[in-house]
Amino acid sequence: MAKVLKSNLAAAIMAIMLAIILIYIYSAAAIKMETAVFVQHMVNGLSLGSLFALVAIGYTMVYTILSMINFAHGDIFMMSIYFAFFAVSSFHMPWVLALFCVIATTPVIGALIERFAYRPLRDAPKNSVLISAIGASFLLENAATYLFGGRPKALPDIPVLTRVITIQSVNFQVVSIVIPIITFVLLAVLLNFINRTKTGIAMRAVAQDYEIARVMGVNINWIISLTFIIGSALAAVGGFMWGVRYPGITPTMGVMPGLKCFVAAVVGGIGDIKGAVVGGFILGLGEIMIVALFPGISGYRDAFAFVLLIVILLVKPTGILGSKAREKV
Amino acid sequence: MSKKTAFSIAAIGAILLLALVLNSVLDSYSKRVLNLCAIYAIIALSLNLVNGFTGMFSLGQAGFMAIGAYAVAIFTVPVELRAQGFYLEPMHPAIANIELPLIVALLLGGVLAGAFAFVIGFPVLRLRGDYLAIATLGFSEIIRIIFTNTQSITNGALGIKNVPSLSNMFFIYLAAIIVFVLMRLLLSSSFGRAFKAIREDEIVAEAMGINLFKHKIASFVISAFFAGIGGGLYGALLGTVDPKNFMFTLTYNFVLIIVLGGLGSMSGTVIASFIITIGMEWLRFFDDTLILFGTEIPIFRPGLRMVVFSILLMVIVLFFQKGLMGQKELSVDMVKGLVSRVKGLGKKRGDGK
Amino acid sequence: MKKASALLLAALLAMSALSGCASSGSSDVITIGVFEPLTGDNAAGGELEVAGIELANELYPEVLGKKVVLVKVDNKSDKAEAATAAARLVEQNKVQAIIGSWGSSLSMAAGNIVMDAKIPAVGASCTNPLVTLNNDYYFRVCFIDPFQGTVMANYATSKLGAKTAAIIQEVSNDYSVGLASFFEDSFTKTTGDASSIVEKGNYQTGDKDFTAILTNIKQKNPDVIFAPGNFTESALIIKQARQLGITTPFLGGDTWETPDFLSVGGAEVEGAVFSTFFDKAMVTTSEATKFLAEFEKKNPGVEPAAVTALGYDAYILILDAIKRANSTDGPAIRDALASTSGFQAVTGSTTLDANGDAVKDAVIKSVTGGKFTYLDYVKAQ
Repeated sequence: MAKVLKSNLAAAIMAIMLAIILIYIYSAAAIKMETAVFVQHMVNGLSLGSLFALVAIGYTMVYTILSMINFAHGDIFMMSIYFAFFAVSSFHMPWVLALFCVIATTPVIGALIERFAYRPLRDAPKNSVLISAIGASFLLENAATYLFGGRPKALPDIPVLTRVITIQSVNFQVVSIVIPIITFVLLAVLLNFINRTKTGIAMRAVAQDYEIARVMGVNINWIISLTFIIGSALAAVGGFMWGVRYPGITPTMGVMPGLKCFVAAVVGGIGDIKGAVVGGFILGLGEIMIVALFPGISGYRDAFAFVLLIVILLVKPTGILGSKAREKV
Repeated sequence: MSKKTAFSIAAIGAILLLALVLNSVLDSYSKRVLNLCAIYAIIALSLNLVNGFTGMFSLGQAGFMAIGAYAVAIFTVPVELRAQGFYLEPMHPAIANIELPLIVALLLGGVLAGAFAFVIGFPVLRLRGDYLAIATLGFSEIIRIIFTNTQSITNGALGIKNVPSLSNMFFIYLAAIIVFVLMRLLLSSSFGRAFKAIREDEIVAEAMGINLFKHKIASFVISAFFAGIGGGLYGALLGTVDPKNFMFTLTYNFVLIIVLGGLGSMSGTVIASFIITIGMEWLRFFDDTLILFGTEIPIFRPGLRMVVFSILLMVIVLFFQKGLMGQKELSVDMVKGLVSRVKGLGKKRGDGK
Repeated sequence: MKKASALLLAALLAMSALSGCASSGSSDVITIGVFEPLTGDNAAGGELEVAGIELANELYPEVLGKKVVLVKVDNKSDKAEAATAAARLVEQNKVQAIIGSWGSSLSMAAGNIVMDAKIPAVGASCTNPLVTLNNDYYFRVCFIDPFQGTVMANYATSKLGAKTAAIIQEVSNDYSVGLASFFEDSFTKTTGDASSIVEKGNYQTGDKDFTAILTNIKQKNPDVIFAPGNFTESALIIKQARQLGITTPFLGGDTWETPDFLSVGGAEVEGAVFSTFFDKAMVTTSEATKFLAEFEKKNPGVEPAAVTALGYDAYILILDAIKRANSTDGPAIRDALASTSGFQAVTGSTTLDANGDAVKDAVIKSVTGGKFTYLDYVKAQ
């Protein structure tokens, strides 16, 4: 099994590389794009893609365990950015401390949502859980509007992260480099955790069949809570970095990134953490390259994610890295 | 004619008569709210057909509504008023001079929405559960984004103004009743009963010889048709249409309605449409500053209404999963039973539960 | 559980009864409806406008010997909600006139309602030409987008000497699309070169990443970039442009003049130029002096936004019309409003044209030192 996954991942990465090379050849030949401009677009795309990847991991984890779309994930992400704002702006914390605060506080919301909105419905029909998820997302948005107001809040610049670096007329913020690094470090840590530790194994057991896992002595309530906690913590890291990169914070800002990250998770192969990362990068690069190559249709950019989703669902419903056909599809 | 049918016809007549009377006595605000109730009922019914009766989970209603609303907006605006609305880019010559009566435009909207559902139905109905939900949601967003960008047909973000406004309660209630009756007839036919069989168990339904795909796509297309009609009425009621009206979050309103009313109950859906629409207006006082005994209560400020609303919703989802009606329908017997139960409750109060 | 929900319901009922008493109107007061987005995407603009309306109400609480009461409703930046909110003002609160709304499409949603009810409405800052067109009951105290687009195009060509421009528009926002198009018309006419708009980028409301559009624009190297739109998105656009090393000046429209534009944009929006309605450097009436003094008294150290001044103007214009009509009857107030000429408002002498649009001068401001500062002044045509 592991072998198949590995080779799938390698194939996916090679396919992405190949696609990038083809796009480069096309852009250089057909629209005479300079290499520096092309590289700039790629940097933009990678920076966006790694943000999508971070949040997509949270989706995929919850989906693996509970087979449900956590519609509220995007709103947990939104909340984390508000927390970051209050930590930096109201409490004047240094950014590292603020980041840890956000990672510590956001999972509380995730765990609360799981406890009160999902756990009572664990044996209810799947549609009820989906509706409850929509309701939780609705509640978080309205609560944020009420508590923080509809006006945008701005996360102050954190010079260490927002400083711009210029290499050969290609410009990028430090944070654009930091995000992919964090994404890959977290991915490695998470994979290790899931594959090597006892809790990780318990998590996989619950994902397989939670009734049997219960019989085997796994405390499934704790494992499910833990999944939400880890997923929310990842959303918090993603949220913090998102806030640094795109500082306007509004109560509804989690909706679109949330949906897109879910798409990324499905594209990569839901249930597979590596897939979420691959999907995130494909989505980020794709969104940027659409505008770069076809400026005339820049107004359709937001449709890209959904078109990609539908194409993937039709061609390979298990996603790029998914290998086994799941019953859900 | 059975007693039941006679009763139904009498009820329909009574509602229409009431609508006719209210239309001339009510002020325009109350009429607008009541009209919105009926329109929401149409759209919620259409969503319930797919989600409640066929057991699929679609979130595409906002997109189908947009198609219906735009069909009405594009074709009913008087030709001479169009040029000033389309001031950035003139309307496409192929449609610029076509003006249709409202009923024709409504039907056209419904048919277009149904046709679109038919086309996307082939791929998306192969999906199940949350995948179907997210794919239909995706299509509804795609429709909105297309409408935002097709300047010469939909006037893009500028939207279409001067849609002859519709406030006639009789007309809107007649439309709602027609939709209700058609759906009732459909669901009591053998074709419609197959929907429910699919909802209960796809494998068993298939084993009984029900063509799953045929029935699923029929349910999806009919639902889109009704949603298109509802969207058309919605556009006509507002008198102006723009793509931002049809964000996918609009669909959530209808999900709430069918959950409250009961997934799989038509009368529940109608009752819930009224409760939610009127309730939202009634909850408005939460947004006003409240002064109690001379002091301002600080928690009352804009936004509280929506928080209260979403909490109420969560309570329903979590504790009253069946909604008001479950899968039952309102009937004379049920009302009788309810009355006697209330009487009984009155007799032995203090029973505890 | 049933008990708890019954209790909740009872509590709700009691509260509604209480609040019901508070808001009941009577005939010896004049009620004016304030119809603004207080939550949602446009909340920032709505709040600023309401501040002006409330200030005016404090200073002029009476007309025709009757007390003027404001009734605020939140239209949630949502069109369907806006239509019911307007209907509610007209029917439930029985208002004599309406002020609002920030956001032209929200105002348009109320268009038919005020026309059918024969209740005059005065928009403060909705600049889309369609708001007042074919609507006898809708007026406004601000200029409209075609003028604003021309002002900025002329500024670009004559003051900045621009030969080429790029446009970034919020394709889902009527205001942005309209203004961008008027700018384009005017700019290409002045330069006499149809290809002087070198690049056009579109984005959707709520988008956060504009690097792709900006990288494309950078390659074309225009002399100016015109990017009208919502303040949050616009501030992010400018921020990201500077990060990408684009030094081209940014031009925009009146929506930029909110504190949030500065807080989101930070140091990067420095130098951004936009057209608006009012500045304290352009005081031409005694009302303006009074407004500035009173505003300063209430908000020490805060510069009033132009839309705050317009909210104030909308209120005093309605009061003036009621006085001139000597009646609180809708059609009478309407007629008085329609004949407004040379009204001494905060934002200058105001005359309404046949459509009900104010003909007035524009101010050009820029961001310097983290503040909006007066730059130039353009006479009405």
